[in-house]
Amino acid sequence: MIENPAASFEASAMIPSFAEIRRVVWETDDTFTLLIAPPHNDGKGFSFTPGQFNMVYAFGIGESAISISSDPAKPNMLAHTIHRVGTVTSALSKVRRGDLIGIRGPYGRAWPLEEAVGKDVCIAAGGIGLAPLRPVIYSLVTRREEFGRVIILYGARSPLDLLYRVELEEWSKLPNTEVIITVDRGDSTWKGHIGVVTSLFSYIKMDSRETIAMVCGPEVMMKFTVEELQRRGLTPEQIYISMERNMKCGVGLCGHCQFGPKFICKDGPVFRLPEVNHLLEKKEI
Amino acid sequence: MNRTLKLSAQNLPQLFTALKSKGYTLIAPVVQDGTIAYDKAESSDDLPVGWTDEQSPATYRLSKENRGRYFGFHTAPQSWKRFLYPPERSLFRLKRNGKSVEFQKDPNEQTNYAFIGVRPCELSAILVQDLVFDSEKYGDDDYKLRRKDLFIVAVNCTDSAEDCFCSSLKTGPKAKGNYDLALTEIVAKGEHYFVVETGSETGEAIISQTHSSEATEQEINEAAKLVRHAENKMKKSVDISDLPKLLSNNLEHPHWDNVAKRCLSCGNCTMVCPTCFCSTVEDITDLSGDEAERVQRWDSCFTMDFSKVAGGNFRITPKSRYRQWLTHKFSSWVDQFGVFGCVGCGRCITWCPVGIDITAEIGSLRGEPNS
Amino acid sequence: MEPQDLTQSLHKHPFLSDMDDDLVKTLTSCASNVVFQEGTRLFHEGEDAKLFFLIRSGKVALELQAGEKGAIKVQTVGPGEVLGWSWLISPYIWHFDALALEQVHAFSIDASCLRTKCETDNHFGYEMLRRFSAVLERRLDATRLQLLDMYGVYMQDGGKRMDSETGKAKNEMEQI
Repeated sequence: MIENPAASFEASAMIPSFAEIRRVVWETDDTFTLLIAPPHNDGKGFSFTPGQFNMVYAFGIGESAISISSDPAKPNMLAHTIHRVGTVTSALSKVRRGDLIGIRGPYGRAWPLEEAVGKDVCIAAGGIGLAPLRPVIYSLVTRREEFGRVIILYGARSPLDLLYRVELEEWSKLPNTEVIITVDRGDSTWKGHIGVVTSLFSYIKMDSRETIAMVCGPEVMMKFTVEELQRRGLTPEQIYISMERNMKCGVGLCGHCQFGPKFICKDGPVFRLPEVNHLLEKKEI
Repeated sequence: MNRTLKLSAQNLPQLFTALKSKGYTLIAPVVQDGTIAYDKAESSDDLPVGWTDEQSPATYRLSKENRGRYFGFHTAPQSWKRFLYPPERSLFRLKRNGKSVEFQKDPNEQTNYAFIGVRPCELSAILVQDLVFDSEKYGDDDYKLRRKDLFIVAVNCTDSAEDCFCSSLKTGPKAKGNYDLALTEIVAKGEHYFVVETGSETGEAIISQTHSSEATEQEINEAAKLVRHAENKMKKSVDISDLPKLLSNNLEHPHWDNVAKRCLSCGNCTMVCPTCFCSTVEDITDLSGDEAERVQRWDSCFTMDFSKVAGGNFRITPKSRYRQWLTHKFSSWVDQFGVFGCVGCGRCITWCPVGIDITAEIGSLRGEPNS
Repeated sequence: MEPQDLTQSLHKHPFLSDMDDDLVKTLTSCASNVVFQEGTRLFHEGEDAKLFFLIRSGKVALELQAGEKGAIKVQTVGPGEVLGWSWLISPYIWHFDALALEQVHAFSIDASCLRTKCETDNHFGYEMLRRFSAVLERRLDATRLQLLDMYGVYMQDGGKRMDSETGKAKNEMEQI
């Protein structure tokens, strides 16, 4: 029985709720997805909007801000796709079915799904950046008729680093939907595109007035992608990016995630481009 | 109805007694480690009578003053922040028992402080931190508890230190409200007394337990005169007109390189600043791995680790970190909380080992000569 | 394909879409339609660069023969893009292999025909050079971005991969 007495404490935002691991799926050799039962046994599941993140706690080791990668329409199965790069994520990579991890959240501002209704959607993801975008893709799929063309551009380091290959294949078969994948370096069996994700824009035609773009990946990739989108006629107001900074609290109190005046944890992580454009071009903000 | 009273210096102990009898834990200035610091006090005997501090860039020294004032000094190295928002505290403890996890949270150590001797700039700093920690959406519950029952005895400034610039930020030298009591200390014509202004019912209740009387107009004027003296004496200033915009438009001004040559990134400024609120958390476990604790600590944006992420570090150079601190205080803070993050107390100038003067740096960024 | 139709088709290719009609006609005289089956090579490293290609459909991989590492595909070129500029620069030799990853439809442009036209009509020559410079600039930017290896844990100093949380070098962390 998992006790989650967070409610009985004076709602301190820093106390995690504990949730049980249902399954661990290795996506690549250093990235894995945790499928998690919702922390509260009230039947309502874990409710969130696409683009939000949780502070995920490995017992005794620490927390990491990880975006939620599951389907918002399926609140009973929470998923986090995690890149194993440090102490906390390494500890998380060792959990097994039945183990407990801590969850605090959901936090942050979501992708502009409602804003995109009736419009074309261009999703550009680089590397692990596809993970925070997967929930919004799920929503686009579930509500396919509400949206126009859907274009998904995805770049990864190599064919072995591609995430969600099966789902990408399924999504490419949907009506009026295009999925183009590229890698920075191929291998002997790879017959797909080789080159940076920004080069994929050459292969699509976008109706620049009717498109909302959602971009996520390393900051340098987002900068170049955003330039490319504007070169193809999108205004900054049509472009959304998801930013990342060091986070210790997730609730705007520790100061670490500041990007200029913005707290990535509560003013973001999703930003409309005009909100952060002037800061992106400066060094070391 | 707020009243203005007179309390003679010899009756000051009664104020302390009244507060103690109501169960408050008293925090007041005391001489400690070669400084005048804010710490637990029992009676007015603990106050630094006859001591003053000399502060200037990179310099702090205690010296004796000959007027026997209780509050003859300027500002303590650290502010009252460390009582409302402790430098280190345990957030919770966990015990894992197979499938279940037990929580333990230490009860709050203290929720009934009385701060005696809060400078107007420091009072403003508390109000600034209230906007950070006491907000509806994302507040800190421990802070709220400590803040709720806090009794504030403000002390208006009758002298200013070399590093003071509160008048530029309009936070002093006189407290304008948000206190329970405000004292102005007067030593004149052989008399030693306080002009006391009440600011709340609680303040009224406490002062009514002392032998105080209505202040005369002459006494009130004397107090005002001394406060004006403190204001006029201030040499440092910051032109805050349109400052947030000026800073955000000058993120690549060549002057940042100039400061970077001097700044050691030691973080002293953030440690003494009464409004800095950055923190970090540390998760600790015992050898068995079944007991864990999370501890929150003050942090500083000057540390190398502050901006680290999985892929690298966003602020590697000392220049970027100094710029972050200054632009946060005078620009981003306004976007975030609607007020400046700086209250003009000047501590950062005093305690900077190389004496970097934030008012001069802003002057240089404005392109002022002689900065 | 009729020359007229060829001109029209060429004009639709993104490389030439905003070029003057008469200049496109000049190019047409050096151009023809080609198809390559999957697995065939459009050209080999070291061969004379007799042609360049405007890709209409399909993907072509640029390959380097890297000795003991075998053949490495460094970049792909796709529909709407230009393949090859070695024809522009003496001694006009290909630096890569080009492999059709699937069936490829393209326009091939005869290099010596084009070079002659550029010599005799400098205005045309300048137009061609201008466009190729733009292609080269974009390709160089993209290649630099590709070299950044931006999805990896990138460290500026010395290349040792560091653990972001402990500050220790990665192989040290593995021992914990």
